[in-house]
Amino acid sequence: MEAFTSLDAIGIPVDIPNCDTDQIIPARFLRYMPDEPGYARFLFHDLRFDEDGGEKPAFIYNQAPFSDGQIIVADINWGCGSSRENAVYALVANDIRCVIAPSFGDIHRNNCMKQGVLPVLLPVEVCDAMRQRLHDEPGTKIQVDLEAQSVVGPAGDIHAFDIGAFDKYRLLNGLDEIGVTLEYQENIEAYEATHFAEYSWMSR
Amino acid sequence: MSGETLFEKIWKRHVVVERDDGQCLLYIDRYLSNDGPLGWRSLRAMERGVARPRQTFLSPDHYTPTHTASIAEIEDPRAREILAAVDKNADDFGVHVFRWGDERQGIVHVVGPEQGITLPGLTLVCGDSHTSTHGALGCLSFGIGVSEVAHVLATQTLWQGKPRTMRIDIDGVLGFGVSGKDVILAIIREISAAGGAGYAIEYAGSAIRGLSMEGRLTLCNMTIEAGSRIGLVAPDDKTIEYVKGRPFAPTGAQWDVAERFWRSLPSDADAIFDREVAMNGADIAPMVTWGNSPEDAISIAETIPNPDDANNADHAQAMRAALDYMDLKPGMSLNDVAVDKVFIGACTNSRIEDLRIAAKVAKGRKAKVQTLVVPGSGLVKKQAEEEGLDKVFVDAGFEWRLPGCSMCVGMNGDLLKAGERSASTSNRNFRGRQGLDSRTHLVSPAMAAAAAVSGRFVDVRELVEEL
Repeated sequence: MEAFTSLDAIGIPVDIPNCDTDQIIPARFLRYMPDEPGYARFLFHDLRFDEDGGEKPAFIYNQAPFSDGQIIVADINWGCGSSRENAVYALVANDIRCVIAPSFGDIHRNNCMKQGVLPVLLPVEVCDAMRQRLHDEPGTKIQVDLEAQSVVGPAGDIHAFDIGAFDKYRLLNGLDEIGVTLEYQENIEAYEATHFAEYSWMSR
Repeated sequence: MSGETLFEKIWKRHVVVERDDGQCLLYIDRYLSNDGPLGWRSLRAMERGVARPRQTFLSPDHYTPTHTASIAEIEDPRAREILAAVDKNADDFGVHVFRWGDERQGIVHVVGPEQGITLPGLTLVCGDSHTSTHGALGCLSFGIGVSEVAHVLATQTLWQGKPRTMRIDIDGVLGFGVSGKDVILAIIREISAAGGAGYAIEYAGSAIRGLSMEGRLTLCNMTIEAGSRIGLVAPDDKTIEYVKGRPFAPTGAQWDVAERFWRSLPSDADAIFDREVAMNGADIAPMVTWGNSPEDAISIAETIPNPDDANNADHAQAMRAALDYMDLKPGMSLNDVAVDKVFIGACTNSRIEDLRIAAKVAKGRKAKVQTLVVPGSGLVKKQAEEEGLDKVFVDAGFEWRLPGCSMCVGMNGDLLKAGERSASTSNRNFRGRQGLDSRTHLVSPAMAAAAAVSGRFVDVRELVEEL
């Protein structure tokens, strides 16, 4: 995956509480492979396009300068629902590399970190204020620094955020997780020997 | 020192390595695969094999049609390719497979427990968020994305942070016509669609213990709709009786060893949970959702809520958007909401008990709208046919279909048309979930069958005297 170090980019306010992954990418597009041309269009497809494929002008991501944004500021429970990692592929296909939200769907949050998209948890009041500021002053940038674990919001407001040390290390270095795990191959084999010696029925 | 929870006992046993920052390399006993192609594709791209093929089980479900058993009749070439890839992956990697057409094939979350692949005390994952279902047997199970799928296939492990624990206690006796589906909808309404995020939930209390295994599977299935990946019920006599004799369950001396282990799993009396929620089972009535989040649930007796009563402006705005999308007005009675289609099925409610209950309501009545009944597996279908349930459904004008996920997510083409409204036993009422501009109301199998024969939402307790 591509490493994530820092980002200074236009913020996109998405005012949808419980924005589930069906909204991020509808199920009928899951049969397309992530490297197929045109994948970027699947992001928010049914919110962005009408039945004839025309853009719905009211949707925020269809409006300049938000359509050039790379950081989504979301409402509660962003990415709840289906485990489809395709939701993250659709973000990446549009160069969206960071989502700031008060809460995330647990599976989607993990999926983001596997694809070099940084999920940033900030308090609900902070996210609400950031979205309001982005509406008031379209095109305002947000700065995200993973090493420092800090965000500079659209009003110049500075916020620290938490992230697990291992997740941070892998994101900063763009590391393939399987490569890291295989360094523990001996531990896995030793574990299996003990596990199945006691409970052979678990091995099947 | 306090005792351990059910969750902690299973978690602890499966930790291979724990890092200083708390991230654990967790051993995965079972990997279940549906027909989603991307995990397998990723494995091939990395030129890696399956670490433990005998702990890996495949059953196609999302793309399988329910109206034909012939691959040639599937219109979409991509769906045909995806189903063909299931067979190729099974053959190339030597994993267990229940091929399309095999009577054991079905929705992975129905097949796992049915085959005894899902067992108490194991870790089980699948690239599908409804993997929480298997927690009903006291199995530590959760849904994962494609990258994690490839990781499990290649290493039989996963890196995970340990979630916090929540116990939801439901005491009291559930009333007539109230099922596991109504209980979980009431829970999600109570704690919200985000309430469980970051937690592993354990369901406890007399009302939960009183549920059948099917009821518990429904309950745990929708744990993800409360924001949590993991929902567990402690194994008890009912669990052990359910598991016994299933094809992949242990036998002989191994059974005795396993049963002793399973009996040790329930949370200790002095175990401490990070959060406790208590509800009274007797207060729960048959539920219907009105909006686009599973938390938007009301009892059949309540009216459509008013955004003016919301506790803040954001919530009011979200409610207005949902009411507009669903074409509903505040104060409406659910009895005045007409449905266009009814769907009885999905990993939430496609097991034999669900079908028996729906058949009791359908018996001697006629469907007023198109109604699909989609059993969760070939074996559920066979059992239902042996009991004559298929005949009850067909006599009532319901369509008796082939097993799969079907209209829950419509990836096989079973969809609502734009603007159509369903009563559905599935788990998600998201915008567009059952097709572009579709309107989904989540209900139990009894309430779905009642809507089918009434053409609108009615209280099933007014139609039948027993279920």
